[in-house]
Amino acid sequence: MSDVELTPDEVRHVAALARLGLADAEVERLGRELTSILGHVNTIAQLPIADVPPTKHANPHGDALRPDEARPGAARAEALANAPDPTAEGFRVPPIGA
Amino acid sequence: MAIDVIGLTAERAAALLRGRECTAEELAQAYLDRIAAVDGEIHSYLHVDPERTLAAARAQDAGSGEGLAGVPIAYKDLLSTRGVPTTAGSRILEGFVPIEDADVVRWGDEAGLVSLGKTNLDEFAMGSSTEHSAYGPTRNPWDTARVPGGSSGGSAAVVAAGCAPWALGTDTGGSIRQPAAFCGLVGLMPTYGSVSRFGVVAFACSLEQVGPMTLTVRDAALLQQVIARDSGRDATCTGPREPIAVPEPGRLDGVTFGVPRAELEAGVEEGVRARFDESLAIAVSLGARLVDVELPYARHGLAAYYVIAPAEASANLSRFDGVRYGLRVDAPDVRAMYEATRDAGFGAEVKRRIMIGTYALSAGYHDAYYVQAQRVRTLIRRDFDAAFAGVDAILLPTAPTVAFPIGARLDDPLAMYANDIFTLPVNLAGIPALSVPNGLSEGLPTGLQIIGPAHAENLLLRLGAAFEAEHAFDPVPPALRSAS
Amino acid sequence: MSGAWQRDGYEAVIGLEIHVQLDTASKMFCACPNRYGDEPNTNVCMVCLAHPGALPVANAEAVRQSARVGLALGCRIPDTSEFSRKQYFYPDSPKAYQISQYDQPLCAEGSFHVPGEGAFTVGITRAHLEEDAAKMIHAGGDAGRIQGSAGSVVDFNRAGTPLLEIVTEPDLRSPEQARRFLTLLRATVVAIGASDCDMEKGSLRADANVSIRPIGSEGYGTKTELKNMNSFRFLERGIEAELERQLGLVLAGEEVRQETLHFDPATGGLTSLRSKEEAHDYRYFPEPDLLPVTQDPDALAALAGQLPELPVARFARLTGTGLPEATALLLATEPELAAYYDDLAERVGDPKVAANWVMGELQAHLNAAGIAADASPVTPERLAGLVALVVEGAINQTSAKEVFQALVEDPTATAAGVVEARGLAQMGDADELGAIVDGVLAAHPDEVAAFKGGREQVIGFLVGQCMKASGGRADAKALQALLRERLSA
Repeated sequence: MSDVELTPDEVRHVAALARLGLADAEVERLGRELTSILGHVNTIAQLPIADVPPTKHANPHGDALRPDEARPGAARAEALANAPDPTAEGFRVPPIGA
Repeated sequence: MAIDVIGLTAERAAALLRGRECTAEELAQAYLDRIAAVDGEIHSYLHVDPERTLAAARAQDAGSGEGLAGVPIAYKDLLSTRGVPTTAGSRILEGFVPIEDADVVRWGDEAGLVSLGKTNLDEFAMGSSTEHSAYGPTRNPWDTARVPGGSSGGSAAVVAAGCAPWALGTDTGGSIRQPAAFCGLVGLMPTYGSVSRFGVVAFACSLEQVGPMTLTVRDAALLQQVIARDSGRDATCTGPREPIAVPEPGRLDGVTFGVPRAELEAGVEEGVRARFDESLAIAVSLGARLVDVELPYARHGLAAYYVIAPAEASANLSRFDGVRYGLRVDAPDVRAMYEATRDAGFGAEVKRRIMIGTYALSAGYHDAYYVQAQRVRTLIRRDFDAAFAGVDAILLPTAPTVAFPIGARLDDPLAMYANDIFTLPVNLAGIPALSVPNGLSEGLPTGLQIIGPAHAENLLLRLGAAFEAEHAFDPVPPALRSAS
Repeated sequence: MSGAWQRDGYEAVIGLEIHVQLDTASKMFCACPNRYGDEPNTNVCMVCLAHPGALPVANAEAVRQSARVGLALGCRIPDTSEFSRKQYFYPDSPKAYQISQYDQPLCAEGSFHVPGEGAFTVGITRAHLEEDAAKMIHAGGDAGRIQGSAGSVVDFNRAGTPLLEIVTEPDLRSPEQARRFLTLLRATVVAIGASDCDMEKGSLRADANVSIRPIGSEGYGTKTELKNMNSFRFLERGIEAELERQLGLVLAGEEVRQETLHFDPATGGLTSLRSKEEAHDYRYFPEPDLLPVTQDPDALAALAGQLPELPVARFARLTGTGLPEATALLLATEPELAAYYDDLAERVGDPKVAANWVMGELQAHLNAAGIAADASPVTPERLAGLVALVVEGAINQTSAKEVFQALVEDPTATAAGVVEARGLAQMGDADELGAIVDGVLAAHPDEVAAFKGGREQVIGFLVGQCMKASGGRADAKALQALLRERLSA
């Protein structure tokens, strides 16, 4: 199953999901590269291991929960200092659009 | 006094400070001078702020001066530093200033370590050569036409070039061990969950850890003592199981090493193989026993890794959206702003991995790729568990090659990925591994990787110290020896 | 089924998705205060702003409260539940993924009984824990509509607020049932103390999945999703409007399109929220930064044992003491009122008398003042003092209303004090009453004659005249008896 081939439309669909605006040349190049990488990745697709439980965490012993104690957060000025388009109170974004 | 920082270990630097042979400020200044002299060529630092460094050093001189206080350090620019720009090697984080320190940086501060600056890396730690930095490649101090490895190539290069006594790196698929091997250093990938990841810009959360990159095994132990802790801010972290001990070299009587012979057939350079075989002989001469082990699923590690890591990365990097920090490319509506910002802000390798990860998690492919890769991960863990039932540690070359020329693999992602073939399975299993210098091949360093079961850091450090003593490797690149 | 929506051979099929903000001290995955109404972006940190390197750590109290709600909804609480990342880009989602739960929710299948006339049971599909989104403040004044506005400012105070999403089976058969279910669910969550469930503040939000199908059919029609109806009344009206719209389409031979709709209470109209319905692909995967949440069976059993009396149980208890169903249901669903009632009933010793006061004078006063029972100046203790005077016969009903009003107006007054000060003590003395009765009879010879001629109802008029003459203080029973005695003499 090393014959997965990503069409330009598939590349554009994935890029849209990931919100990557790609130029046409990039679409073409990524299509080739992803086809090659996925071709390699596909070597595991055929392994008959459906009964093997997936590993989701490398350290199963972590402490999952924290006590419900509130602490003050960052100062607003500090929070807004990195904003590309801050107002006095918050983070401005362009219109949501259609 | 004039301090010769080339080849100066952190342990020795601490001794100089404790013996009042120099001040922290003098030591910091010596490194800053060294950086000024050579970093133009090596390009290993992304951010140096001499005034800040000297102020921190003076604060240590004014303090009680114990332990490591006043010893300088360099941090991979993937580690958040409060008030100091942190870019992750990406254009999308240009100008970003964290509002908190990473836990490991905070602990470094608490131990009195003085930051010399932030080191170069492959963008978001995605790469094996540091060529994927948005701020230009770092050069290998052993041969400036070659890469230092990656993604912690900047941290490796600063230590090898005498621009810091030691550094912290991160390892997601080999990013500490491979550059350590390429630059003749010691690099420790700790057990997953023994070091807090809080404040480490995330690439692939379930695979990565912060670890030391040092001139000696003892330095690696000393730095690991500083960072192996649980802060309660990383739910996957439980700290080390036992305190980290600084090892003394000794014999290896009673130690059994596993050697996965089948894996070694997969394209290991001749010189690298020869040095590896010599280390096997050294192990035997020190009293260790060698047995063959099978890791039948390790060869699928590369494929599993290139599903799991990009899948996690694709989600981790979604937050770079031009809303709260970092780059924004203006556009008439939000969606166009997202797409323009992310197109302009991410480099080619990052886009590749976001695309792979998004594809692997998308409807219709999730089970075939992502869940299947997690099953392979289980099998690789089982392989190691089975092997460790019969051996204390497993030996492999750290990388199948020595440092390759800059540009040699840039256009062939799969060839680049293949350089991590011996390191990736360790991350998939979540177990520790130590890379120690293993002699030269064609005048370039090679690395010996010692892999152990979870929380076997003390064992690995002890074994590493034994090999280190036998090799008596000089970590200073020849060109620098003559210069000093 | 009683109360089912059925028209022209079609019936309603309704399921609800309810979001409850949990009332914890800190947020779901960071220590920022979980507080409503603060200045924008003042309860934010690296984690809820999704700065690079930030990691989530789950709030133990949010997990505990969710389990309590789940237990109250009759849910199974699995040994292990898991957080997942639900990916979507939007400015209110700082990580561009929401930490939620996917195939291993905290609370699994349960069922919830709504008692009273036309009682029904609703299946609970699941209840899972997640984090709330940030708030978008839309510029350009057009607060409700998103499209076409001049940009927005994002406030991340709400981002990361613990949110329990409760999903029902499509078991509801009418808008009224939907309202009744949500009312009782709200009362249950409030009784547990997991949330204040204030729909105005958005701490309780409900979406409805609505479809119609031929009566008796087992399948489902195409459903639409009604978003964020922010009151019980709007929920009922919105679903009603959508059912009528779907019926109109179906009867006209047209198809119902799967879409998300917004109900405008001002016009009663429904508008489609997304013009371009892009298929969602949330790319869920297990959150690698969080470990699964495990539940200890013993701890769960203890948690179940420590639940307060829930509305359904309260309903059963109250009807068991002889209260009418309507009264019991109201008390069951209004926690503050129920607490007031319980307190009063215990002091008064007679459930019906207590219920009459709570449903009558107290309710009228609370409605007029626009306050909850626990905020009334007439505490159960003060009211009990008044009720005792009535029961003893020390004052009559008319005086009692006056005293109640006096207790409202003067928080320091006691019922006995008011009676004393205003001379409202009931006039039961035979001589005193006799004098009044004699006076009234003498003044109304025509009515006396009418009574004696067989028009017995005239006695009501005479009682009223006597009461008036007594200044409202006469003991009505004694008065009546005395009148009859004199008239039949």
